Amino acid sequence: MSAVIDSHSDDHHHGPAKGITRWLYTTNHKDIGTLYLWFSFLMLFLGGAMAMVIRAELFEPGSQIVSPEFYNQMLTNHGLIMVFGAVMPAFVGLANWIIPMQIGAPDMALPRMNNLSFWILPVAFGILISTFFMEGGGPNFGWTFYAPLSTAYAPPTVTFFIFAVHIMGASSIMGSINIITTILNMRAPGMTFMKMPLFTWTWLITAYLLIAVMPVLAGAVTMMLMDIHFGTSFFNAAGGGDPVLFQHIFWFFGHPEVYIMILPAFGIVSHIIETFSRKPIFGYTSMVYAIASIAILSFIVWAHHMFTVGMPIAGELFFMYTTMLIAIPTGVKVFNWLSTMFKGSISFETPMLFSIAFVALFTIGGLSGLMLAIAPADFQYHDTYFVVAHFHYVLVPGAIFGIIAGVYYWLPKWTGNMYDEVLGKTHFWMSFISVNITFFPMHFVGLAGMPRRIPDYALQFADFNMVISIGAFIFGLTQLLFLFIILKSIFAGKQATSEVWEGAKGLEWTVASPAPYHTFETPPEVK
Amino acid sequence: MSDQSSYFVPASSRLPIWMAFGLMLFVLGAGYTINDLDKPDSNSYWILIAAFAVIFSVFFFWFGEVIKENDKGMYSDQLNRSFVMGMQWFIFSEVMFFFAFFLALGYVRIFAVPWLGGEGEKAISNMLWPGFEATWPVMQTPDPSLFQGPKENMNFPGFTNVGHWLPFWNTLCLITSSGTITIAEHALKKGNRSSFKFWMVMTLILGFTFVYLQGLEYYEAYDHMGLTLGAGIYGTTFFLLTGFHGFHVCMGAIILTIMTIRGFRGAFTKDDHFGLAAGSWYWHFVDVVWILLVLVVYVF
Repeated sequence: MSAVIDSHSDDHHHGPAKGITRWLYTTNHKDIGTLYLWFSFLMLFLGGAMAMVIRAELFEPGSQIVSPEFYNQMLTNHGLIMVFGAVMPAFVGLANWIIPMQIGAPDMALPRMNNLSFWILPVAFGILISTFFMEGGGPNFGWTFYAPLSTAYAPPTVTFFIFAVHIMGASSIMGSINIITTILNMRAPGMTFMKMPLFTWTWLITAYLLIAVMPVLAGAVTMMLMDIHFGTSFFNAAGGGDPVLFQHIFWFFGHPEVYIMILPAFGIVSHIIETFSRKPIFGYTSMVYAIASIAILSFIVWAHHMFTVGMPIAGELFFMYTTMLIAIPTGVKVFNWLSTMFKGSISFETPMLFSIAFVALFTIGGLSGLMLAIAPADFQYHDTYFVVAHFHYVLVPGAIFGIIAGVYYWLPKWTGNMYDEVLGKTHFWMSFISVNITFFPMHFVGLAGMPRRIPDYALQFADFNMVISIGAFIFGLTQLLFLFIILKSIFAGKQATSEVWEGAKGLEWTVASPAPYHTFETPPEVK
Repeated sequence: MSDQSSYFVPASSRLPIWMAFGLMLFVLGAGYTINDLDKPDSNSYWILIAAFAVIFSVFFFWFGEVIKENDKGMYSDQLNRSFVMGMQWFIFSEVMFFFAFFLALGYVRIFAVPWLGGEGEKAISNMLWPGFEATWPVMQTPDPSLFQGPKENMNFPGFTNVGHWLPFWNTLCLITSSGTITIAEHALKKGNRSSFKFWMVMTLILGFTFVYLQGLEYYEAYDHMGLTLGAGIYGTTFFLLTGFHGFHVCMGAIILTIMTIRGFRGAFTKDDHFGLAAGSWYWHFVDVVWILLVLVVYVF
């Protein structure tokens, strides 16, 4: 196989077009990956700014700087933007950049659709953010938008929110169809499934999860739309429906969504740990089976998000046991990462530091998840800051550290320059320390009973909350350093070799740094 | 895995960004139109119309370009496999969309309505409307002042009356049309073009008959039976499940109409007719959804 790159003029066969149209019309997986990554970075700062507002409000008890209504909007959009705008597009961006290079493909399978799946994201988020300036303000019902908060009591802008979610879903579905087709159809000769790099494996399964659950989310918001504007009673018990039905449908989407946001990070961390331990990954096959098991289990655990909603005891028990089962494949993965490092000749470059922090801190988030999985105990923890601590531990030092590690790991391949290692390590230590200052005390205030999503709190939580806020401000500012490091690596820095990292394995390390605009027009032979 | 000689990657394309623009108009237009439903002098539906104009134009040019490229022989077998897989996964996503609505129906029928009626350990919700009797279909809603229940329902009337029951004729139409499109495809593969055209037209007739009968059924529901979107959970699930299915039948019928027109104009060959095959898969998919739907919405 070789690739035919169609060009309307003859001379730019090997390079990108000039100017803004390069980005608007591009079908190149590297360009689109770059667009996704910068978009998610922008969203990270926007969602982060909202988190700063939240932490400023909670710096001291009492009403501080924003009204409770605005606080609700901040809280809702912080969640929505981080989940759908920052974490998911960042992983799709990495997939776009890396998967075709890892499997020896010339590009993504459906390049024009690839462009479309990116460009509708700015549309969706532009409209979502514009609702802040409309009558009634932005979404204020929490990122989980439970009915009836999001139906009977929602601001009129909820209609725009619903359609924005629809096209975010369309973006994810198209992106996933593209990724899944690329992986199934475009692998270089000789690359069998069990030779596939783990990042590609995790994305194959993630894409499957996305195609399975994003339509369910579309169904949920459609039901909301009908209830709000067309008189149906899906979520209204007066007509025979049930608001709890919303929660079931939402979490049927929502729980696989949680794994969508962590599985690609597992893949990234696996690559980094094997590279910097200078050992092949321990238990590759068991890694693949563990990812697949987590994905399958993710469909039958959803109601552990709603133990307190009033389910029959059989439901409570079923979802409690299935949830605890997830600890087994996750434990296999953690064990394999540790075993890969065991007796390896480890060096601690920035990606490796973030990956080790990922393993340690993600495990903390996983263990608090096990505590939450126990239904009777969850009656105490539910809707407290303990839950906030839990999911921020899996999402910030989990998913986001995974993304940051991946960015440092592949940045020299993208820019051709090494990043500044001293600044990188500074970024890591500042982030590592401040992330724990931010989220660890949340366990304590949560167990002591501080409710989540409330702009005020009882006086006994004041000290911890001030510590949390200071940690959050440091963490937020530290990410500006990350931006600086990336910009510096784009414009300057030591020239990177093709291999970049000593002993790095995989096809992406066989091409030049920076990677040429088109790679593997003729596929490599994989032995 | 690849074994082909070349994989076509277009260098750049203006189509996707136009589609993104169309979708932006769609979100704004749909949002404003729906929010302005109670304002008769609102003209925001023009944005929606513009959105559809942009979206359908882009579809037209996009598929046109793909057909042109294919005719020029730029597509390898490997690329065609990408299209096949893309369509299969798209249909899977559609299956999951319907799954959400079937899940909703199952939940209200198995849990929510019986609990409201006082069954099971969650019978506490019966205290909200103590007189509510749980039946399915829910003819009397818990709070008739908010949701007036339907006078009649669409349930299976028994075998003696089946001839007057529209869903029976609908089922017949749709299942037969799945057969006729298969015959058409086989005729095309054998190179029998006149037979192919005939069976495509038959499929379209059956498909549009289904749409007509479904429209008639909705008219009956609204006009005679008091069965509306606002008639409580039975009307809600009935209209949303059959409505989304009907919408997909319309989409499928439009796709097949275009394929038939293309067939009449000489498109498709024995072994290169993916557009038709994809449309036919989509048609089988709406057929399968309908069978499930008849069982859980109308019969049981």
